[in-house]
Amino acid sequence: MAIAGMTEWFGFHGGIQLDTPKDLAAGSGLLLCPLSPRLIFPLLQRDGRNAKPRVTVGQRVLKGQPIAGGESPGQPFIHASSSGVIAAIDDRLLPHPSGLSGPCIVLDADGHDEVVEFAGVTDYRDEAPEVLAERLHAAGIVGLGGAGFPTAVKVRPDGVRVDTLILNGAECEPYISCDDALLRHRAAEVLEGARILLHILQAERCLVGIEEDMPQASDALTAALGGWNGDGIEIAPVPAIYPTGGEKLLIRVLTGREVPADGIPAEVGVVCQNVATAAAVYRAVVLGEPLLSRIVTVTGTGVRRPGNWLTPVGTPIAHLVEQCGGYTDRAERLILGGPMMGFALLSDEVPITKSANCVLVLTVAETAGRRPAMACIRCGACAEACPVELLPQQLYWYSRSDNPDRLAEYHLSDCIECGCCDFVCPSHIPLVQHFRAAKGRLAARRRERGQADQARRRFEARQARRQREQQEKAEAARRKKELLQRMSAGQVASPAQTGDLAEGRTASPQSRES
Amino acid sequence: MRFSTAPAPHIQPQASVRGLMLGVLAALVPGVAAQVWQFGAGVLIQCLLALIAALACEASMLWGRGRPLVPSLLDGSAALTAVLLAVSLPPVAPWWITVFGALFAITVGKHLYGGLGYNPFNPAMLGYAVLLISFPRTMTAWLPPTGVAAAQPGWAELLDWIFRLTPPIDGMTMATPLDTLKTQLGMGVALDQIRSSPLFGGLAGAGWQWVNLGYLLGGSWLLWRGAIAWQIPAAFLGTLFLAALIFFLAEPASFPTPLFHLFGGATMLGAFFIATDPVTASTTPRGRLIYGSLIGLLVFVIRSWGGYPDGVAFAVLLMNLAAPTLDHFTRPRPFGRQRR
Ligand code: SF4
Ligand code: SF4
Repeated sequence: MAIAGMTEWFGFHGGIQLDTPKDLAAGSGLLLCPLSPRLIFPLLQRDGRNAKPRVTVGQRVLKGQPIAGGESPGQPFIHASSSGVIAAIDDRLLPHPSGLSGPCIVLDADGHDEVVEFAGVTDYRDEAPEVLAERLHAAGIVGLGGAGFPTAVKVRPDGVRVDTLILNGAECEPYISCDDALLRHRAAEVLEGARILLHILQAERCLVGIEEDMPQASDALTAALGGWNGDGIEIAPVPAIYPTGGEKLLIRVLTGREVPADGIPAEVGVVCQNVATAAAVYRAVVLGEPLLSRIVTVTGTGVRRPGNWLTPVGTPIAHLVEQCGGYTDRAERLILGGPMMGFALLSDEVPITKSANCVLVLTVAETAGRRPAMACIRCGACAEACPVELLPQQLYWYSRSDNPDRLAEYHLSDCIECGCCDFVCPSHIPLVQHFRAAKGRLAARRRERGQADQARRRFEARQARRQREQQEKAEAARRKKELLQRMSAGQVASPAQTGDLAEGRTASPQSRES
Repeated sequence: MRFSTAPAPHIQPQASVRGLMLGVLAALVPGVAAQVWQFGAGVLIQCLLALIAALACEASMLWGRGRPLVPSLLDGSAALTAVLLAVSLPPVAPWWITVFGALFAITVGKHLYGGLGYNPFNPAMLGYAVLLISFPRTMTAWLPPTGVAAAQPGWAELLDWIFRLTPPIDGMTMATPLDTLKTQLGMGVALDQIRSSPLFGGLAGAGWQWVNLGYLLGGSWLLWRGAIAWQIPAAFLGTLFLAALIFFLAEPASFPTPLFHLFGGATMLGAFFIATDPVTASTTPRGRLIYGSLIGLLVFVIRSWGGYPDGVAFAVLLMNLAAPTLDHFTRPRPFGRQRR
């Protein structure tokens, strides 16, 4: 399995070998998705907040014009991916596992695709890293691998020294081949993006991790680089074991470094970016172009002509599937993402977002009724498959008995929901589903506890205030009495003493309010 | 267009409990075949009896507990329990012994604890242990292996012995080599002299070596398929060998060779098929190593100094008790965490 120029691999525990029907879409080349008459931009961001719209209904916008977000580096800009008129800003179904609706900006494209003027830098090497990072923010660049983390934040880790940049081109989930298509057709852009990222990070080396079963992609990369390494960039084929493409696992495989469970890669001197993000970085810096489109794999036996499509952000999935000749008769499930970690969508009216890498349509036969779950026979197959080295059988047991202490002890929070355990379980227990639910319950409990703490603090503060007020009142009453006594004794009140009296009176409305 | 939704992962798992159990049953074939070759068709009659009793009992327990019958009956776990119990019994054990053992294994060993997956003890070994304690004489009356006996009894004779209430005449049955060794050593007979009996040919006594080789073959196939974890059999056999070697070297006059232990009695059956029962064994890698080696050690101790001829059943049952604790203290270090 050795490939020339290969770097040494570091192993990790578990993982599974999946028969990967990548070829389904990989043979299509890179296709251009025609403009959809309607584009939809959900405002919900990765951190759970909604981006603020920068446009109003009826306003005409140009391609590349920011229409929402961008308040802070953590809130990426959203740009109009074509010119047209804002038709609505209202609640619509979101491309989100919850199946909930949320605010979206709806743009009716006018078909002219009129562009705002883009201006790139002449030589990125002359620019300061923070200036370039600011550019990435202005271009609305987020991780295109699926997580959608703002790139401008990721390339400026606070106070740690990063020596290695890893470009993730290892699509380990079956069916997905958008990175493969990108590398085959735009390898030079990816490599130029890598050089820019190295400059921003001031890192020494870049490892481009691709799967060893992507020969055309590695050919294109080596051709563009002029070999297996150069300029501090090295092409590193990794074993095609799911989930090698997981960020922390890929870092381990390529560098042998283990990112702490509660930590981020920068803590071990690594920043990891998807290859598509690197290409977007190139376009943003050199061409001045914001993130307006991405490559999406549309695949599965449920679509007529699978393929990789360069798709404008905001394109409704229905429009994209139409380009593939539509659904087959037996199309049953629509999945955003891969078959292992993607989520099923209720409707194809939701749009492609920046983090949507794959639209997978499965047929009845492939999804037909999950076989009923039986009791756990404690075979340990799940533990053998778990890349995080958790004990899913124990987690299952404790999530069913809802035992938060044990769940913490067995590190439920470290579960990456990769589904390996689920896939190998002979009893067909939907383990990941149980873990997700248990995580939800733990989070809800934490929130409740937080709320209870807050309520207790509020209560204590109120008690303290009451007490203080009562003391003040008593004090005022005492002074008043003294004053009256003195007055009745024929003494004249001094101004200071009347002031006291007035203060004493103002205390009472306050106490009523609380 | 609207679609049905379901949580990820969206591809079907390949393995099934049924496939697992059927694989183990298939792996038993070489061992059982060797047993039939060496001890006659009585072995098959016992298997059949145990299967009927166990499946009938499983069905009625499921029905009584209001559980769906078909998935559990077809998962093969009751059948596996039945076969594991049956091959541990003397081939001429009366029918009620086998039936009682199977009923006990399924009812008490499995369903009273909540069914498959919840039982702390290996059901087959629980059934065996109860029979051994209750009917020690009948349970140790084995047939002489082929080659030692003039001829194996025919079907008619076997059926007669098994289904009559009267046991076969003493002259027809014989203790196992392990048993003989124990009683004779206890009587002060020298090991050399004991070994000169025709029962002690070859590696580990006539007949038994072939049976053990058969189970070793089937077990290796399970290992190769990845159906069982290597840690338990490796640690079991390794520890048993080591313990036996130490004592054999120290006192060859009263301790049999390590190979006698490895290929005698229920060693291979225990190492590959009984100690590896997923439900009742330890499930962590390090836990399995400890679990396996403690069973190996206990087997040696019980065989050498205990009151019963073989120790596999009791060793496994004792370690079943310790498995949850072992699991808890041998948790692996999760990715990105410091070792505790
Ligand atoms: S794989 Fe399934 S049956 Fe086996 S231990 Fe894990 S949860 Fe239990
Ligand atoms: S889903 Fe969680 S528990 Fe299961 S294999 Fe993946 S990380 Fe391990």
